[in-house]
Amino acid sequence: MTARTVLQATDIQRALTRISHEILEANRGAADLVILGVPTRGVFLAHRIADIIASIEPGTIVPVGSLDVTMYRDDLLDQPTRASSATDVPVAIDGSTVVLVDDVLYSGRTVRAALDAVTDLGRPKSVRLAVLVDRGHRELPIRADYVGKNLPTSHAERINVHLVETDGTDLIEIAGESE
Amino acid sequence: MSGLLFAGATLPDGTLSDILVRDGFVERIGSDLKADGCEVIDVGGLRVLPGLVDLHTHLREPGFEASETVLTGTQAAAAGGFTTVFAMANTSPVADNAGVVEQVLGRGIDSGYATVQPIGAVTVGLGGAELADLGSMATSRARVRVFSDDGKCVHDPLLMRRALEYVSTFGGVVAQHAQEPRLTSGSQMNEGAVSARLGLTGWPAVAEEAIIARDVLLAEYTNSRLHVCHLSTAGSVEIVRSAKAKGIKVTAEVTPHHLLLTDETASEYDARFKVNPPLRTNADVMALRQALADGTIDIVATDHAPHPSEHKECEWNDAAFGMVGLETALSIVQLAMVETGLLDWVGIARVMSHQPAVIGGVDDAAGVLAEGRIADLVFIDATSRSTLTTDDLAGKSINSPYLGMELPGRVVHTVRHGYFTQRDGVIVSADVVSRATRDYDNSHTGAGTEVTDG
Amino acid sequence: MRHLLSTADLARDEAIGLLDSSEDMATTADRAHKKLPALRGLTIVNLFFEDSTRTRISFEVAEKRLSADVINFAAKGSSVSKGESLKDTAQTLTAMGVDAVVIRHGASGAAYQLANRGWIDVPVVNAGDGTHEHPTQALLDAYTIRKRVHGSSSRGKGLDGLRVTIVGDIAHSRVARSNAWLLTTLGAEVTMVAPPTLLPHARESFPVVMESDLDAVLATNPDAVMMLRIQKERMHHAFFPSEREFSQLWGLTAERFARLSERTLVMHPGPMNRGLEICSEAADSPQSTVIEQVANGVFVRMAVLYSVLTGSEA
Repeated sequence: MTARTVLQATDIQRALTRISHEILEANRGAADLVILGVPTRGVFLAHRIADIIASIEPGTIVPVGSLDVTMYRDDLLDQPTRASSATDVPVAIDGSTVVLVDDVLYSGRTVRAALDAVTDLGRPKSVRLAVLVDRGHRELPIRADYVGKNLPTSHAERINVHLVETDGTDLIEIAGESE
Repeated sequence: MSGLLFAGATLPDGTLSDILVRDGFVERIGSDLKADGCEVIDVGGLRVLPGLVDLHTHLREPGFEASETVLTGTQAAAAGGFTTVFAMANTSPVADNAGVVEQVLGRGIDSGYATVQPIGAVTVGLGGAELADLGSMATSRARVRVFSDDGKCVHDPLLMRRALEYVSTFGGVVAQHAQEPRLTSGSQMNEGAVSARLGLTGWPAVAEEAIIARDVLLAEYTNSRLHVCHLSTAGSVEIVRSAKAKGIKVTAEVTPHHLLLTDETASEYDARFKVNPPLRTNADVMALRQALADGTIDIVATDHAPHPSEHKECEWNDAAFGMVGLETALSIVQLAMVETGLLDWVGIARVMSHQPAVIGGVDDAAGVLAEGRIADLVFIDATSRSTLTTDDLAGKSINSPYLGMELPGRVVHTVRHGYFTQRDGVIVSADVVSRATRDYDNSHTGAGTEVTDG
Repeated sequence: MRHLLSTADLARDEAIGLLDSSEDMATTADRAHKKLPALRGLTIVNLFFEDSTRTRISFEVAEKRLSADVINFAAKGSSVSKGESLKDTAQTLTAMGVDAVVIRHGASGAAYQLANRGWIDVPVVNAGDGTHEHPTQALLDAYTIRKRVHGSSSRGKGLDGLRVTIVGDIAHSRVARSNAWLLTTLGAEVTMVAPPTLLPHARESFPVVMESDLDAVLATNPDAVMMLRIQKERMHHAFFPSEREFSQLWGLTAERFARLSERTLVMHPGPMNRGLEICSEAADSPQSTVIEQVANGVFVRMAVLYSVLTGSEA
């Protein structure tokens, strides 16, 4: 089992900055934006993006929250019981542009669950998806609007995302059988 | 009639001997016996005891034949090495008159697996209100000597006094189920830490001890014989011990389960462990073993209490009290008393055969292994160990707390009145036993079954 | 967690996990759309052998919030009143494809038997068994205390250092038993107060202090005082002489309530006997958590049902 680093701290910072710019560009500013992270690491990434947006457009405050999708998953009966996390959405999302943030996009099932969770919260004007890493292997017709880095992987490999907030360091590595 | 020569048995005292049985009696005990025309049975390595006598068996017939009948109950007895059982009176109708006790006696004679000695109720319908026909039961063909409301306590002190006095007329004894009813209203198990944790209503030790204390005083006052059923607490032991020291005519019994199991067994709400009196604490178990060893407790009695599975596979509160015990009694006593060094096999013969026969008034016909005595014998392999399964239970019900437990000892042969009721661990078929018991009765006209009282 | 039968089975981490999960469930309460799809397609039977409308409705709301299909089975007027056994009733219902059983029963141990006797093979949640346990009530009590004390920073916390006094018919109370184990597991110090006739036997076997002098205990300023419902029929079995005397000596009267610190929580599992074990001044005060307890009961039961019904391991 080996692990090789694919993104350093500066790469992550650069990717998030670019994503923030892209969000602002697509939304034509920060109006009506709500950024919701999927726990655990998506929430910290959401906060970073909101901070970057605030620094790009001084004076704007973008609402940030967390959106737990555990109860919406389609694999609850097949896995060991999943612990849920907090859902904390600071504003009503009706009519807003919701940007969902997660660390890794893989099968698309988490995003599917997140879309259902958003629907139960209200009726946003649009929902966008931002991910730090897209590793491919989609099982559902879902794609990200904002991608930090595309990383082609095999099923046998694992993407490990380390963030300062949870792991003390910013780092992304691929782990798996080296062939 | 041809005889049986048991070759190489180990007597209770450990000596090796042959035993020659002929015409239902033990003809000779000695070494290198020879007898022409006798079947020789090799019992080398097996221990022999006088056929076991159970002073406390629930045969359930008449009235509760779904649980047990006299036939199946005595088959269970044969499986456990018992040749005499005392049938408790809480049948339906209650054995409170000569008619019912003679019916039970007759069923026992028909079965032939064990001598069935009926116990008479103390009060009419076990109602605790008026005395049953004690005298007519005593003078009936059933020759009742033991009287008990077992299952219920004779709690009215006046009735208890009268019963003690009255049965002394014909050498009878009152066997008391000691349970103060008001202190045990709704009780489900021993009152203690376990009942408190499980939320089951407690059956406090004092409810047993208070009745025993009262009864030994009554026995002393009336100069009558008292027998205390199924002692279950250390406190009861102390009361009986001091009563005996004062010369009061009290005897006491303990069940195999109270010598082994504690109230912790209730932890899983498995009603196989629900019994009355309840399983107590380890301290009680140790006190009971010591008391049986030192003679404070005179005998072991099974309190064999069969119940159909639907009365056990239900909520604890709704489940029936009681467990079957005839088949396993000797193994449990071996485990609790012999393997702990508290009793030797002479002691086992005393507490499981001779003394029960003496207390029950049948010691002229049972409980003794000697030349010239009736050939009621049990041969056991004390070195065997096996896990108890329902196949080992010969009675109708399987509510044994020991299922799945590894138990020592195995009854190999049970011989009653000179014929096998169990041979090589297999219960002899009912028609063979029935023919054998008829043959015995025909050659000993009426012996042991006719009224001999004047 | 396969079943929830007794709080004595819960390790501290498990208990805190359930309380944290309850926090997550609670966030749905103030939404327009309150349902979560977690248990969609699963069927839960509420097997109530004893009348308890509150507990049954609380479970039913919890089940429906998690999108489960709900069957309510009340023993009265059913085959049970015609003598059908617990075993047969449970087997009949599970044969129809029930995925979990919530059972309320008058006999102690009924939930344990259902879970462990091999009669059925689905998760069992104990909704109160005889005088044994009522684990979801204890969980909602713990949740309520934690929420009042720690507010929005409750997640991950126990009840360490908090002192809880439980007053009333301790001996016959499944609520008291479940709280004795759970609150101490979570680090609280628990004192139980009752006349000696209503304290359990073998007091030393419980991890709590047992007392009979209510005023002395209240003088120590506990963080929470939980009053239990007193069954009036106990009076007739000589557990206490009269309602008036019970109220005087062991009730939370207006006079006693006035002496309590303003930060002492007043709890009651309901239904209350106002004027007997608790006065209206206390029950209706800001210190009272009675209504919160009811609301929190739904969240806690959602967390428990989610825990026993999801997950693939045995």
